[in-house]
Amino acid sequence: MPVVSFREALNQAMDEEMARDERVFLMGEEVAQYNGAYKVSQGLLAKYGPKRIIDTPIAEAGFTGIGIGSAMVGLRPIVEFMSWNFSLIAFDQIVNNAAKMLSMSGGNFNVPIVFRGPGGAAHNLAATHSQSLESLYAHFPGLKVVMPSNPRDAKGLLKTAIRDNNPVIFIESEVMYGEKGEIPEGEYTIPLGAGERMKEGNDVTIVSWSKILQHITLKAVGRLEEEGISVELIDPRTIRPMDWELVFNSVKKTNRLVIVEEGWPFAGVGAQISHEVSNHCFDYLDAPVERVTQEDVPLPYAHNLEVASLPNIQKVIRAVRKVMYRD
Amino acid sequence: MCLHIVISELTNNILQSEMETLKLTNIAENHLLGLSPEILLKWFDEMLLIRRFEEKCAQLYGMGKIGGFCHLYNGQEAIATGSTGAITPDDYVITAYRDHGLAISKGLDPRRILAELLGKSTGTTKGKGGSMHLFSREHNFLGGHAIVGGHIPLAAGAAFAIKYRGEKRVCLCFMGDGATNIGEFHEALNLAALWKLPVIYVIENNKYGMATAVERASAVDALHLKAAAYNMRNQVVEDGHNVLKVYQAVKAAVDHARKTYEPSLLEVQTFRYRGHSMSDPIHGPYRTKEEVEAQKKLDPITVLMNILSEANLASEEYFESAEERIKAIIDECVTYTENSPEPPLEELYTDVYAE
Repeated sequence: MPVVSFREALNQAMDEEMARDERVFLMGEEVAQYNGAYKVSQGLLAKYGPKRIIDTPIAEAGFTGIGIGSAMVGLRPIVEFMSWNFSLIAFDQIVNNAAKMLSMSGGNFNVPIVFRGPGGAAHNLAATHSQSLESLYAHFPGLKVVMPSNPRDAKGLLKTAIRDNNPVIFIESEVMYGEKGEIPEGEYTIPLGAGERMKEGNDVTIVSWSKILQHITLKAVGRLEEEGISVELIDPRTIRPMDWELVFNSVKKTNRLVIVEEGWPFAGVGAQISHEVSNHCFDYLDAPVERVTQEDVPLPYAHNLEVASLPNIQKVIRAVRKVMYRD
Repeated sequence: MCLHIVISELTNNILQSEMETLKLTNIAENHLLGLSPEILLKWFDEMLLIRRFEEKCAQLYGMGKIGGFCHLYNGQEAIATGSTGAITPDDYVITAYRDHGLAISKGLDPRRILAELLGKSTGTTKGKGGSMHLFSREHNFLGGHAIVGGHIPLAAGAAFAIKYRGEKRVCLCFMGDGATNIGEFHEALNLAALWKLPVIYVIENNKYGMATAVERASAVDALHLKAAAYNMRNQVVEDGHNVLKVYQAVKAAVDHARKTYEPSLLEVQTFRYRGHSMSDPIHGPYRTKEEVEAQKKLDPITVLMNILSEANLASEEYFESAEERIKAIIDECVTYTENSPEPPLEELYTDVYAE
């Protein structure tokens, strides 16, 4: 199987879908001439020309609205945010126009559009540039939220997102673009709403996604295995729709759940998962659900404070020991 | 009669495009712009229908049958009719929340509009959108949008799609004067001009954003001049109560867009007779009763009646028969709506996600 980087996987997905469907185009800041702020769109301008690979001015509300308007009348835009933090400028467009259009128009106009770009913390970017906004967008009915953790999923999920007839929030990670992984040969897609059991285990279920899954949770799982704790690891891959059956079935087997995410605790994605599990698996739980999240503060700049705020391996191990009553 | 055009002196190419428009003033010397009697009479009927429709809405709102916010179009009818008279059914129209008049002008069934206002399943959006969110894919009517300024980029998006596909359509986008102060207006105008998108922005300047006068909200009173910052063709229509003047300005902008893909910003000066919404008073601290009464003397329907009479195209009998016909349509709207069921509860969960 070919080994590609995260950015190459995303690039292949856009390239293949643009070749397949004339209605697909990419717009965003620096996506064309500069080949993308993170080089995700490398080479696409040369291949598809300025009609379909479009540099925008720094005007998120404007170009997001243009994407949505064009989708209402039949195009299939990919709108790249240089950072998901900048999407807040376009929040009105995403929330009031993209998410609600189908319902508010009584089925007259759907909005087939993908919003994509990097989210979450990188390094020393401080409060405005480090936010994990998945819980915010997952809050709105009408939106789908996708967060791949590896190149294979990134490509397969992005292709599906582009073909989806709804607005899809596709959140990548700045620090993962260079990370490599195997992808299948040739054409493949991965459905939205289908999570993956990344590792089987018996003692405790951990639900985690995106960068935190790769950088923190997987490493913690390795250490826990050394302690003799068998972890079942679930990557939901899409936050909305969530693959509830996968989560519930795992919890019913292990009887314990820890959710590890980069976002803030209050009204976070983990809060919803915790509620659904306590509702559907109450009689199976042997311990209260634990969550590992970012501390409940705006992310500071200083390295030591940043590290202290974000989830880390020790915090995950502590949470797992707690649900195992080994702390 | 001379079309009053304010020319921005800021850029040469604006000047050039305005000069093309000026040629049309020759047409204006022909009083009726070469429009057939049939079209003018149809416009009269349509404007009267909008007026009577809104009056019926006011009545039904007062009776508690229409809920929520309801913004009426009385006094602004010449803009809807004159603008949509300058386009074809293939062209897109999008507007803000004062949308009943434009929806009627764009061809939506007034029975279904009224049904929507009463939250019935036969409404334009099956009771999902209400007064502020009328839509029809069939009629290329892109809404009814209730967040001020939010729809202005959408219009540029529809125009983007037109150009992307190499079509010759245009998109007409209507907004109030208040919307010209919000960021989305400026971002969309910049992008529409930068990318040469065939969108015609029409400011319905009714002098007050809710109860805040234009001069208390905008550093520039001549709102069309905001286009100059984006190198965009622009024009003001001071007598926006005259459907012919509106038509003429919009037609020039539409022709220009079809030929060049270039956008325009038109400021059409008008006046709303009602309060901002049905919950607001007609006059108050922000405008006097005298001002409202004085503006009503420039009533768009009366202006068109006078034009038709002077040209011997319609008699008193015609106007009376028109009232009768419109009354019958309004009665039918009410009957249709009252006989329509509420949306079934299963409808709550439909149209959230597309297949």
